[in-house]
Amino acid sequence: MWSLLGVAVIALGFALRVNPLLAIAAAALTSGLGAHIDFFRIVAAFGHAFVESRYVTVAFLVLPVIGLLEREGLQERARLLIGRLRAATAGRLLLVYLLLRQLTASVGLVALGGQAPMVRPLIAPMAEAAAEQRGVRDKAERAKVRAMAAATDNIGAFFGEDVFIAIGSILLIKGFLEQSGVIVQPIALSFWAIPTAIAAFLIHGTRLLLLDARLVRRSAASGTPSQPIEKP
Amino acid sequence: MITLESIYVLAGALFGAYAVFSAFDHANPKRFGNAGFWGLLATSFLFGSHLSDLANGVIVLGLIVLGGFGFLGIGKPRTTTLEERRAAAQHYGNTLFLPALLIPAVTLAGTFLFKDVRLDGAPLVDPKQVTVISLVLGTVAALASAMVWLKAPPSVPIEEGRRLADTIGWAMVLPQMLASLGAIFDLAGVGRDVGVIASEYLRLDTSALAVIVYCVGMAVFTAVMGNAFGAFPVMTAAVGLPLVVHKFGGDPAVVAAIGMLSGFCGTLVTPMAANFNIVPAALLELPDRYGVIKAQIPTAILLLLINMALMYFLAFHFGGRHV
Repeated sequence: MWSLLGVAVIALGFALRVNPLLAIAAAALTSGLGAHIDFFRIVAAFGHAFVESRYVTVAFLVLPVIGLLEREGLQERARLLIGRLRAATAGRLLLVYLLLRQLTASVGLVALGGQAPMVRPLIAPMAEAAAEQRGVRDKAERAKVRAMAAATDNIGAFFGEDVFIAIGSILLIKGFLEQSGVIVQPIALSFWAIPTAIAAFLIHGTRLLLLDARLVRRSAASGTPSQPIEKP
Repeated sequence: MITLESIYVLAGALFGAYAVFSAFDHANPKRFGNAGFWGLLATSFLFGSHLSDLANGVIVLGLIVLGGFGFLGIGKPRTTTLEERRAAAQHYGNTLFLPALLIPAVTLAGTFLFKDVRLDGAPLVDPKQVTVISLVLGTVAALASAMVWLKAPPSVPIEEGRRLADTIGWAMVLPQMLASLGAIFDLAGVGRDVGVIASEYLRLDTSALAVIVYCVGMAVFTAVMGNAFGAFPVMTAAVGLPLVVHKFGGDPAVVAAIGMLSGFCGTLVTPMAANFNIVPAALLELPDRYGVIKAQIPTAILLLLINMALMYFLAFHFGGRHV
């Protein structure tokens, strides 16, 4: 049971907001030493695992092209586009994105989206611009709108992709159950993911509309839209 | 054949370029910290497959020391001002979106097409890694077309990439570090120990209680591990199959599908899922490292409750009971 002490260490590290890299090192040492693995074997095992999981970091290869487009005004263009849509509010915009993300993910198009390629250059600036248009000037409030854009991308992807029969998690479930002697069809697993997908849309969609309502209250409370109240 | 290794060499070259540009960035007082950090990461990507496990471990320790003890600053590559960007946005118009949309377009096309493309009898792309490689090819296609169209020399995308990479900072290696920590947890037997606790120390006498423990267990253990894939086999072997399915007669497809989705609720609330929760906070320059998680908590909790109700009503009443 000493291995669980490592879990406690990483949880404590996150709770106390220690630098996560240090918390990870401490947790790996605690779990490893608790399981009587010597220091050099822990370092070697960590090195091996790190090299094996390099594909995780490959996603950041997208940064140069996103940066180049931002340099030439991509975010500002996204803001201009939203400025022309009079009916656009942050909540409604994200609601549409949530629906599209869930629908595309559910037919296997999870790659259509993501934090670096889609949210940072397009969705977050659009949502922020829509909020600003309605008079939201407060810096903290605008950060919350950007956070909601990131959250919406995650939730749309998570609770859309499992409706697709060839996604990794469905194949994992099928494989694991088979090993345990239980045969299920991938199509049945996809089918039973639909109720949760609908619930996710209703819950998060409602929250997005409530976000609009709160933004209206906040901007009304902070004076006329044309006067920025943000302190430098 | 294009393999993951070719992609790693490309990424290593890019991180190496970040390191060189960082070393000459006099506007950053910690420029050598940044150069060392990106240089070590470049080494790991370029040579990791050929180094010993211990050497790779030492590189990781170097990254942890540089990133963990505040040796990283934020580089100041030359970029455009807000006014210049507004003017450029007017000048280029909506065409600016095209390169950005080329990435998912090529990724999708590649995922479907590359499986069958062959060159001299050998597949062009490693069939097992089609999605990752397609994503990178989409990125390269977008970058190449944007560079030609905007007449940007190669130093410009490297500097712009470095600007964003320095904004993310040490959080950029966090997802990979956490995946490695998961491997250490596995080695030390964390999953086995959690399974023992869930199956031996909890008395689950009713189907409702078993459903609650399975769903909450999936969410909590996913939060601990950082992904539901690691939690699923452990919790399902400990509670899902023996109790909810076999003892109380729940439909396995319903139980497994909703069990996995309960795990996803855990993914939404944990900093361990850094690529979804911590990296975006850095990318969007949020003042709070946990800002994205805070935005997701209410949805995650409500959805977990709904999942428990759905599993309880659907597993025992619908879905043909099959063997």
